[in-house]
Amino acid sequence: MEEMTEPGTSSEGTVPAGPAPGDEDPPYLYPDYVATRLRAPKRPLVLLPQTLTELSGPAFGEGAVGELDHDLTRQHDGEPIGQRIVVTGRLLDADARPIRNQLVEVWQANSAGRYRHEVDRHPAPLDPNFTGAGRCLTDDDGRYRFVTIKPGSYPWQNHDNAWRPAHIHFSVFGRAFTDRLVTQMYFPDDPLFDHDPIFQSVRDPEARRRMISTFELDLTEPDWAHGYAFDIVVGGRAATPLEH
Amino acid sequence: MAPSPGLTPSQTVGPFFAFALLGTVGGELVPPNTPGAIRIEGTVTDGAGDPVPDAMVELWQANAEGRYLDAADARGFTGLGRSGTEDDGRFSFLTVKPGAVRGADGVPQAPHVDVFVFARGLLKHLVTRMYFPDEADANAADPLLSSLDPADAATLVAVPAGDTLRFDIRLQGDGQTVFLVV
Repeated sequence: MEEMTEPGTSSEGTVPAGPAPGDEDPPYLYPDYVATRLRAPKRPLVLLPQTLTELSGPAFGEGAVGELDHDLTRQHDGEPIGQRIVVTGRLLDADARPIRNQLVEVWQANSAGRYRHEVDRHPAPLDPNFTGAGRCLTDDDGRYRFVTIKPGSYPWQNHDNAWRPAHIHFSVFGRAFTDRLVTQMYFPDDPLFDHDPIFQSVRDPEARRRMISTFELDLTEPDWAHGYAFDIVVGGRAATPLEH
Repeated sequence: MAPSPGLTPSQTVGPFFAFALLGTVGGELVPPNTPGAIRIEGTVTDGAGDPVPDAMVELWQANAEGRYLDAADARGFTGLGRSGTEDDGRFSFLTVKPGAVRGADGVPQAPHVDVFVFARGLLKHLVTRMYFPDEADANAADPLLSSLDPADAATLVAVPAGDTLRFDIRLQGDGQTVFLVV
């Protein structure tokens, strides 16, 4: 992104920790999200001239994901409790071109708002038929598709009576490490949006909107599952990412 | 060409990623007993100097010949590793030293690995580099290292510790690691 290029003639420069004007990303320090206070770097980030290191990215072959890795409802003997949903969308670059054959990883709480993680102390039930982790590769249109159940909201200790809006975590690799992105997909019209500092840490309302999936009747499976669409757009500073 | 749809913002990885992200990509980029294998260890600490027990460190590097993988390599050395931090903030990788990779405009760079840090409390991941302590001449000529104050450059060079290389990551405060915009 050009706006990250600092004044000066050197190819090296610094930018303030956090987003440059127009940047979609949240700042590192967002005090309402208490955990940022001791973890956000305080010193300016250093602008690195792009090199092959950052313009390369991992290649994920056919064997990278298993046959049922994309279907979180079929990873156990029985079916998980919850509202079945299809979540699908495209992984795109900033010019809306599909990014093919790249790994998309998701993880989420179960329908009661509990993660299958030893540190999650929320006293909601675990579901023996739900792990909550999925993987798939994007196809030739950049499309991914998961089948899962709608996650529940859960409390966290950030502030008094804090609840996270329901969300699914996404981790994606693009063509290059400049594209690397971890984000969260939210569901439409969640009443918790106004009360969640993680969601609100993205200051641009239009950018926040891009983290919210849309309900799509065309994506539902009649008599079986709801459908949500969520496109993911990645792009570092590279105007023309290196093709492999 | 379609207008840009707008980038998707970053959000924190949160505290509960291990069951999903650490099972399939691990900290061993090469099998044990690989000739020339090196162990890289370090601790992630926060602004109070306390260990960060719930971070994920990703390592990305060229192979020993200084080449990034292509599809043909994908079944062997991928150049990508992941390590979750333990209760004491420690992460660990087993890998090989990468060959030198030329940078922008063909300028030589010292051998290095890219290091990505994800954690609860990091709304966007952090990127840094680890350089090697036995490359004094190459490090002195490296475009990034040579542009930094010596004390800052030192945060990017691993320290020999027995038969491992130690690379600590300080998110905030005295001796904060230099983080990069890529």
